[in-house]
Amino acid sequence: MSAFAESEAKETFILNLGPQHPATHGVLRVKLTMDGEYIVEAEPVLGYIHRMHEKMGENRTWAQFLPNTGRMDYLHALAYNHGYVSVVERAAGITVPERAEYLRVITSELNRVSSHLLWFGAFILDLGGFSPLLYAFDDREQILDLLESVTGSRLTYCYFRFGGVYNDIDDNFVPGTRAFIKRLRERMPMYHNLVTKNIILMKRLQEIGPISAEMCRKYGATGPVCRGSGINFDVRKHEPYSVYSEFDFEVPVYDQGDSMARYMVRMDEIEQSLRIVEQALDKLPEGPVMAEKVPKILKPAKGDYYHAVETARGSFGVRVVSDGSNTPYRLKLRSPTFSNLSLFGEACRGMLLPDALALMGSLDLVIPEIDR
Amino acid sequence: MNCGAIKQKLAAIGAEVSETEYARKGFALDARVAPEQLVAAVSALDAEGFFIEAVTGVDWLGEQAALRKEAEAKVAAEAKAAAAAATAAGEEPPPAASPAEPGELPEDALEAVYDFNHYETLCRVTIRTRVPRSKPEVPTITQIYPGANWHERETHDFFGINFVGHPYLVPLLLPEDADYHPLLKDFRP
Repeated sequence: MSAFAESEAKETFILNLGPQHPATHGVLRVKLTMDGEYIVEAEPVLGYIHRMHEKMGENRTWAQFLPNTGRMDYLHALAYNHGYVSVVERAAGITVPERAEYLRVITSELNRVSSHLLWFGAFILDLGGFSPLLYAFDDREQILDLLESVTGSRLTYCYFRFGGVYNDIDDNFVPGTRAFIKRLRERMPMYHNLVTKNIILMKRLQEIGPISAEMCRKYGATGPVCRGSGINFDVRKHEPYSVYSEFDFEVPVYDQGDSMARYMVRMDEIEQSLRIVEQALDKLPEGPVMAEKVPKILKPAKGDYYHAVETARGSFGVRVVSDGSNTPYRLKLRSPTFSNLSLFGEACRGMLLPDALALMGSLDLVIPEIDR
Repeated sequence: MNCGAIKQKLAAIGAEVSETEYARKGFALDARVAPEQLVAAVSALDAEGFFIEAVTGVDWLGEQAALRKEAEAKVAAEAKAAAAAATAAGEEPPPAASPAEPGELPEDALEAVYDFNHYETLCRVTIRTRVPRSKPEVPTITQIYPGANWHERETHDFFGINFVGHPYLVPLLLPEDADYHPLLKDFRP
């Protein structure tokens, strides 16, 4: 492949990428050993925004940790809400009313679309195309308005509660969401015509940054990264949680393993999420949005519990260890981008620097979620 | 690949494997291994095509004391019940057994927890291994799963578990000069 260095490195130098760099989308530093324009060794340096959420979990009650979940992956906060409330509901044996589960799915999927739209804009920006960002933010704004009317916030949502959601939707939400779905469906062909079929984009992404299926497995990559490498793995299908088993949707999988494949997976997922939201709105049952008789002070039975959800970036898992008291004994947060980024060092070896940036963008990094 | 096959394989290595109730727990197999069996167990999972989800730790400080307290309470309750039964039957209550001499408490453990999952079959496997708190040494699995590199570094940051043979065990999330382990239960900032 033309993008790879052919001879052994003779004279190398160190190049610091970040921690303040537009292409790292946050405070990530990558220490690059370069041979001219080629990367010999890349070492991501983490921890610049480490806040020790796991320790915070150990010194507050189960419910008090809820707002923390929205502050890890701030682009898909509702999925993190979902993962945490689900594991605590599993531990404490709380059943959730059906309407609440439907609202969780609708809002999570809208949030996923907004996350993918932001990634789309920022990724093209990394590659040097400015205007798609403005279009994507225009669409994303509509979702933020919809979610603001339900959840009360625009970014770091904390909408789910143990046993349901804290607020029912208002009268404008269903027609507003339907109008948004129609609007975005009309916009997607434009994105594909303007961006996906753009020859410069194709040259920047096709056959660049190949990640094999075996590499995904060895590093534990999930989400669009593994689905771009031909692995059909989506937690929503693999171990259907909430009410996902009731919807008809597909998991987009591409075999090429290059940056273009990961791009296509996310673009296709936007449509699949819209399909889920549409079906959920059609089938939305009446009823309460909160389980009755959820104890104010939770004391789950002793033991280990695990629950995983599919976020916009992959499988987010929460392992809690309860000692039967009102605070978690141990709370492990398994974030998807942590694993996805860990393969970067191996994947970008021998690549040109601008290609490595395209690869990094295609991994869709959210640094607060890696550093936790 | 099915969950039963991997259960037998792990049991053959000498792991103490139990099937857990998936709907209640969220994982299918829970295997306890000795630290020296860890590499063999992880290799077996690798051969079956599992991928690595996470590596973490749990600090069981105070567990031995709590277990002893529980056992003592149980003995005391039994003695009380026997005495009450004897009095009710009109007999002389048996003399209370003198409490056993409290020996040295066994040392508390640090537990390393490994989560694995499979892309095709739903089978989450949890592998645990316990090491004494004063000498927390676990062999590395980075030669099997290179993805374990960062997970082990993180676990070393938080718990001070020493992954023997790890190629680059320096702080990952904590500052580079950090000499403390914040998730230990006796950590005071």
